[in-house]
Amino acid sequence: MRRLGSREDLERLREEALSKSPKRFISLGMGTASRAHGAEAVYEALKEELAKRHLGIPVKATGDHGLCGYAPVMVVFPEGILYHSVKPADVPDVLEAIDKGEVLEKLLYTDPITSETYIYEKDIPFYKKQMRLVMGLMESVEPLSIDDYLCNGGFSALAKAMFDMGPQAIIQEVITSGLRGRGGAGFMTGWKWEDAASRSSPVKYIVCNGDEGDPGAYMDRCLLEGLPFEVLEGMIIGAFAVGAHQGFVYVRKEYPLATQNVQAAIEVLRELGLLGEDILGSGFDFDIQVVRGGGAFVCGESSALIASIEGRVGEPRSKHVHATESGLWGRPTVLNNVETLANVPHIVNKGGEWFASIGTKESKGTKVFSLAGDIYNTGLVEVPMGITLREVVYDIGGGIQGGKAFKAVQTGGPSGGCLPESQLDLPVDFDTLTEAGSMMGSGGMIVMDEHTCMVDVARYFVKFLTEESCGKCVPCREGLKHMLEILDRITQGEGTMEDLELLEDLGYVISNASLCGLGKSAPNPVLSTLRYFREEYVEHVRDKKCRAGVCKALVKYEIVPENCNGCHVCFKECPEGAISGEPKGVHVIDQQKCIKCGICRDVCKFDAVRVV
Amino acid sequence: MVKLPDTPEYNKVKEFVSQFRGDKGSLIKVLHFSQGVFGYLPPEVIKYIAQELGVTPSYVYGVLSFYNFFRTEPIGKYEIRVCLGTACHVKGGKDILDTLCHRLGVRKGGTTKDGMFTVNTVRCLGACGLAPVMMVGEEVYGRLSPQRAWNIVKGYYQEEAGSEVEGSG
Repeated sequence: MRRLGSREDLERLREEALSKSPKRFISLGMGTASRAHGAEAVYEALKEELAKRHLGIPVKATGDHGLCGYAPVMVVFPEGILYHSVKPADVPDVLEAIDKGEVLEKLLYTDPITSETYIYEKDIPFYKKQMRLVMGLMESVEPLSIDDYLCNGGFSALAKAMFDMGPQAIIQEVITSGLRGRGGAGFMTGWKWEDAASRSSPVKYIVCNGDEGDPGAYMDRCLLEGLPFEVLEGMIIGAFAVGAHQGFVYVRKEYPLATQNVQAAIEVLRELGLLGEDILGSGFDFDIQVVRGGGAFVCGESSALIASIEGRVGEPRSKHVHATESGLWGRPTVLNNVETLANVPHIVNKGGEWFASIGTKESKGTKVFSLAGDIYNTGLVEVPMGITLREVVYDIGGGIQGGKAFKAVQTGGPSGGCLPESQLDLPVDFDTLTEAGSMMGSGGMIVMDEHTCMVDVARYFVKFLTEESCGKCVPCREGLKHMLEILDRITQGEGTMEDLELLEDLGYVISNASLCGLGKSAPNPVLSTLRYFREEYVEHVRDKKCRAGVCKALVKYEIVPENCNGCHVCFKECPEGAISGEPKGVHVIDQQKCIKCGICRDVCKFDAVRVV
Repeated sequence: MVKLPDTPEYNKVKEFVSQFRGDKGSLIKVLHFSQGVFGYLPPEVIKYIAQELGVTPSYVYGVLSFYNFFRTEPIGKYEIRVCLGTACHVKGGKDILDTLCHRLGVRKGGTTKDGMFTVNTVRCLGACGLAPVMMVGEEVYGRLSPQRAWNIVKGYYQEEAGSEVEGSG
């Protein structure tokens, strides 16, 4: 690859790439989620079958397309025909159909509720209400193909920023755009940059925070895996704006593919001279290193992350001095989330005012959410800020699976909150969600049906946070431990009514007296469930009942004699030998031996095992 | 003075550490590398790293015990990591963990007597759309039930024994 010495070189390379760019191609989602569903085997089958048929159709192995619950997903361009749940054995039929200009009915998406079948991706309700900006190129760009990225306008924002705008104008544009940090805190990105740019230190750093620790959120992984160039372009623009010459991408260690792709993308950019000395002949030097995390949730917090890059224990510190003044190794440091940086090239290209026209008064642009839980369409969705929760859950998510009732939607990761049906018409933006007792967080959105116990959910999050509390400050370390003890008691059926008040008091102290964001928001899951689902707590305490049938101390498994036909499967599978009965006779569970593992209910094909 | 034996593994660590002598900021990088070589961090390696980077062994231990990726004991041939992220929790990830622990006769974090499996949990694999999920080695398995998870683990035993996979309820 040749080194690009100027803006003209870049444009020449783009023209070359465009002249080679195919109109017809197959885009196959190959991110982590797709791989877990066998996308690699489909890819191999495609390659083999294409060669056998002498079809010159290129296959792009891209990041995950978003519709993760239906992986592997492939889209045939230029028409945009979407096939889902593709197996290697389907590949010959798919290619046959493409070759003949037909559509392969059996792999088309059918709406689980309306039973309507859709041919084109853009018509599917899951995609229709989305506004794909940072995820927009996911399907047409192979993660490490610079040609693909250039064909789709890649690095035009960098050239514009460097040669037409300059640092001041870039920062002004980002401030105008109203872009707020996508990692959770929602701080204005432009202000952060302005502050760092104003510091006179000769050494400054920019850090991309890819320590996506919130369980249930994986948009950053998807961006790093699928569109590493977009994130890196945003980062180079940021570095140029604030005057940083060294950058770090901090990637969570649970994300091997993301680490690998970012590392490889950095090497491509170095070879092209888009990283390194004198980028595009502008005289600006900048390079990026990848740092792998060690598995600690608190390291997503900015000061803890900085400590971790310095090779220390990831403990946060008090933030009366901002990182933009004294961060990594005591130097001014800008720390931005992956998704935040991925927005930057779009803002530079289309202008801050255009960006600010999307969204609500205080929250601009789009946000990627990872939609999971008890809904039909799980996956990554990018929506304009201000869309209602109901639209996301029902129109995009397709509603609750299996005809069950909606109970809650949990947003904001472990420190977020659970919102009930009555709050579903809230517009999704930073401030509205916080007012409702939850938060935007990094964008996890987990939908829960009536079979979810809200006390158990609160306990789950508090347990998570107790384990992940770094232990530096007392309110978080000790307070959470006590909250967990109380919640344990309640789920064991040993709680008292006073416990509920104690939980609220503890929550108040922890959120007001903790040092960092982890502690300050840690009581949210408990406080929000107490606010909206208090009756469930009361039932656990007073009636010793768990209506969802989740808290094991309060439920038992029973066989319904009318439904049991004596197939004997549960007898064979019970690990405790707790089930007795002869083949073809009614079976019985010995409650003394039963460990409530649920295998019997799992294997019973006749709905004869019930939780009471 | 801590000296490491002259074997290919130890020599790899020595060579890598020598680039960072006296630079304690590289500690996490060095720990990642060393664990990559041995699968865990043996005591003599911890002492050696401390000496070379110019910190105390207790400092190294403080850092490695803070991050849950690092371990000081060897693991089984396959590491099973059951995801307990929120989506997996709601969809019954805990039941998967309980079943596997129970059937393999280990506690969470423990290794089976035959050294085949270590059962661990993971915060979130980011495959929430396929919940509940687990990883065995580097393979991700989604849409599990306790039964399906156990069948997958049994499959590894059968593969190991070289026998055909039996059908099972």
